[in-house]
Amino acid sequence: MTTPVVEAINLAEKFPGKVTADARPGYSGWIISKENLVEVATFIRDEMGYDALTNLCAIDYLEQKMMEVTYQVFKTTGGPVLTFKAQAERVDPIEIPSVVSVWPGAELQEREAYDLYGIRFVGHPDLRRILMWEGFDGYPMRRDWKEAFYEEDAKPLKSRWPEGKHKLAETRATFGDNVAFKPGFDPDKWIPSDPEELLYATLKNYKSEVKDGIKTDHVVVNMGPQHPSTHGVFRAVAVLDGEIVVSIKPVMGYLHRNHEKIGERNTWLQNIPYTDRLDYFNSMYNAWSYALAVEKMMGITVPERAEYIRVIMGELSRIQNHLILFGMLWNDLGSYFTPALYAFEERELILDIFEAVSGSRMMCNYYRFGGVVRDIDEASMKKIKELVFDRLPGKIEEIDRLLSENEIFVSRMKGVGYLSPEDSIAYSVTGPNLRAAGVPYDIRRADPYGIYDRFEFDIPVRHNSDLLDRYHLRMDEIHQSLRILQQALKQITEGPVLAGKPQYTHRVPVGEAYGRVEAPKGELGYYVVSNGKGNPYRYHIRTPSFVNITSMEKMCVGTKIADFVAILGMVDIVLGELDR
Amino acid sequence: MYGYGKGILKGLGVTLKRFVESYLEDLNWIGKKYSAEKTAFHSSKNQRGTFTIEYPEQKLPTPEEFRFVPFLVYDEGESGKKEIRCTSCGICAKACPPQCIWIVRTTDPSTGRPVPQPAEFYIDADICMNCGFCAEYCPFDAIKMDHDYEIASYGRNLLNKERLMKSASYYASIRPLNNAREVEARRAKEAAKAAKAG
Amino acid sequence: MSNNELNSPGYEIPEELEGKVAITTLDKIYNFGRRSSVWPMMFGLACCAIEMIAAQAARYDMARFGMEVMRPSPRQADMMLVAGTVTKKMIPAIVRLYNQMAEPKYVVAMGACASGGGPFKEGYNVVAGIDKFLPVDVYIPGCPPTPQALVAGMIKLQEKIDKQSISQVRWYKKGADTVETPIPFLGPDLIDPRHIPEIKAKAAELAALAAAASETVA
Ligand code: SF4
Ligand code: SF4
Ligand code: SF4
Repeated sequence: MTTPVVEAINLAEKFPGKVTADARPGYSGWIISKENLVEVATFIRDEMGYDALTNLCAIDYLEQKMMEVTYQVFKTTGGPVLTFKAQAERVDPIEIPSVVSVWPGAELQEREAYDLYGIRFVGHPDLRRILMWEGFDGYPMRRDWKEAFYEEDAKPLKSRWPEGKHKLAETRATFGDNVAFKPGFDPDKWIPSDPEELLYATLKNYKSEVKDGIKTDHVVVNMGPQHPSTHGVFRAVAVLDGEIVVSIKPVMGYLHRNHEKIGERNTWLQNIPYTDRLDYFNSMYNAWSYALAVEKMMGITVPERAEYIRVIMGELSRIQNHLILFGMLWNDLGSYFTPALYAFEERELILDIFEAVSGSRMMCNYYRFGGVVRDIDEASMKKIKELVFDRLPGKIEEIDRLLSENEIFVSRMKGVGYLSPEDSIAYSVTGPNLRAAGVPYDIRRADPYGIYDRFEFDIPVRHNSDLLDRYHLRMDEIHQSLRILQQALKQITEGPVLAGKPQYTHRVPVGEAYGRVEAPKGELGYYVVSNGKGNPYRYHIRTPSFVNITSMEKMCVGTKIADFVAILGMVDIVLGELDR
Repeated sequence: MYGYGKGILKGLGVTLKRFVESYLEDLNWIGKKYSAEKTAFHSSKNQRGTFTIEYPEQKLPTPEEFRFVPFLVYDEGESGKKEIRCTSCGICAKACPPQCIWIVRTTDPSTGRPVPQPAEFYIDADICMNCGFCAEYCPFDAIKMDHDYEIASYGRNLLNKERLMKSASYYASIRPLNNAREVEARRAKEAAKAAKAG
Repeated sequence: MSNNELNSPGYEIPEELEGKVAITTLDKIYNFGRRSSVWPMMFGLACCAIEMIAAQAARYDMARFGMEVMRPSPRQADMMLVAGTVTKKMIPAIVRLYNQMAEPKYVVAMGACASGGGPFKEGYNVVAGIDKFLPVDVYIPGCPPTPQALVAGMIKLQEKIDKQSISQVRWYKKGADTVETPIPFLGPDLIDPRHIPEIKAKAAELAALAAAASETVA
């Protein structure tokens, strides 16, 4: 669990007048005056050793008339995160210096804060909207911005009971649908600005020239949002010189489902089933870090058995995630569907267990604050043991035999998509891709949560940082997961699985918390702020897919466009999590 | 390069083995193609050969905890009268994350006081996320998650009280263990109450 | 396919030809052809798409219904399986893809999101149901529908196809039905070209109200 410790270096003493300790009850960390943000941030990185930025998010304190940006940074050598904040008055234009120059990994996260909160990050190289489209009216995450179907600030809504006449939201909305326009808006007079113009303007190196009397042009290629190899509704725009990628930009937001806005209206508990829909391959892992953050604020300890169950389910989910990645990667490389079919077989067997235990194959909704919702029944326990001890090791070996030595595969993967360890850290890459670059950083060891410190397992590391290593690293991880599972299944004891009584409302003390876990795709974090009410004041999700994609351009430039598909596949994005 | 192609052959060996296995395995199931036995085998650790469940002839068993859209439980009273268990307490509507439950409480027209019965009960199945919170927190065992997933239709699915009501015996048949547990809990509560009164 | 399914009663077959010829109606043979080769478009939006892939994979194997050929190009697809949350940013692309599909074409809304907005209905970037833009043939509730539920929905679609008649279907008729769905576009919010007059009127009304309110204040 992440406890922002008091650092040996007291920043407030080091930078008097520039940094103060965050003394609000329930809060921790430092508040840095925004004029000195970059200076202090550089100090934090260079002198204190916090080389990677993990989370960056904005909070709208409407009543205090203040916008705050929170930063969480960590050391790749291990240890908890350090939190610091910058504040600005809530008067447009709201400006805060960009930290992209210190941690390039902040790029997309700052764009997101700009898009949803309207905070201008001065010095950001490419500040455009990211999830919504250019020209969208308003900054939707601001507390005073209301959507068309808005009903009340917090759930439960009064119109549902006791006089709950069913009424479609459409009949309530001003424009009869989930849209809203300013008074006096005239669609006929509205001049469509080219929404793509800004995007294309940022693509570097686009040029045409005459070579040997032949005019050559760079080509702009759009892949997605409907494209078989983009793993969902992801879009990439690339400038190509022949087949070589000169410049590439991700375009996202096609699955932006407003998790955070809805999450601030939901009660604490109601957010749990929503977390299932982030990384829908790993719903068994998603709620874990949310539960960690809330449990930390509420001061609940999770019973022993529930901790074991969390580990068991989490590691099963990791195996299943990596298997699907292999299958889909082969699809991308052109071996249509055979490996994917094999991978799905094992996944189906794992999902059978999830279904029997939690009630749903994919949307498990299994975590509760203080444990899990129900115990694993005996039949399922038996099945898990059979899978872990008897079936999976052999099947993993089979997939290994099927894929790993295939010459075509190896030659497509070897040396492609290189990202140096320094860049990996700078771009905030986490998860298997960071470890494939030789950085042994795994939150399960670096900042242990749950009961991971009880198991014997290794953090696999590879050093070439190309696609082949990323593939092998995941294979190693599956073996380590099996190791953890075998230990957990032997050690697990009887006992309760939920602390306290089941309840659907929770009082969470005022304060903030950041919970982080090593999800199969990388660091998954939740930053939550409570103001003591029944629902979170701020509910921010730091997802591995979204942050890891920051490094995409770095990896792709100079490779062939066909390799882009494989590189993207290996970043292991899932759209529900990328766009939220 | 010496040995080039070995990896591919190794991989092809795996597919060949699978290919042959699927035919050999089918021989074991001649005449029992759609049997429950075969389904069970294909979901077990020993599964090999063809993996396909030939829905709709053959169906995967639904585990007890499986959840689809919720339904309201009614007890069959004397002369087959449907006695709905719901007291319209509103807890499910409050716990529901996407707020897709609408309940109108019944009021006694003579006294104007609420009667513990829903006058109207709607679940918008096009919003419901099958999370199961309603069933989990209902204190009267009145709303439960259904197992029937074959409800595709030609129109939107706004389920009203009539569509939602299913009998207690149906509930007992899809969730025998849960039902037994709940019956026992209710009985114990009754007994405690009686003991107190007596 | 058994003889009885295709053979329509009401015609007498001479004895010597029995078992050698089949008499059927054009509708039956036409429907048989379509129902047995519904090629879906390779197109997934969100979580439901994963269950769609699972339904295509070995365990549920939609190939048994002639539905395994996922086509990335709309030109080659017969059915659009809208599997997941439809967002405002995505809907122009979806409508364009639908318009590009060759007829006969079907739309299946898989899951709560595509059917009516789903758990994210209240969100500011979500379109509450694909049927606001496209004619949906089958709705499959569930979040997500299990692969078996999806296959059940596909059977439902086949049943629907079986009942159709060439003379009745939408796409061979002249008139409004065959007109392409106008593609919505992204302005300050999502603008549906079919609703422009309403939007204009409502916005003008709001402006008038605001003006009146400010006058009373002044
Ligand atoms: S179903 Fe249960 S929780 Fe919902 S109103 Fe009825 S009794 Fe209350
Ligand atoms: S299952 Fe969940 S979403 Fe559906 S009605 Fe019950 S509480 Fe609401
Ligand atoms: S219906 Fe549920 S599972 Fe399907 S896309 Fe929507 S949220 Fe995801």
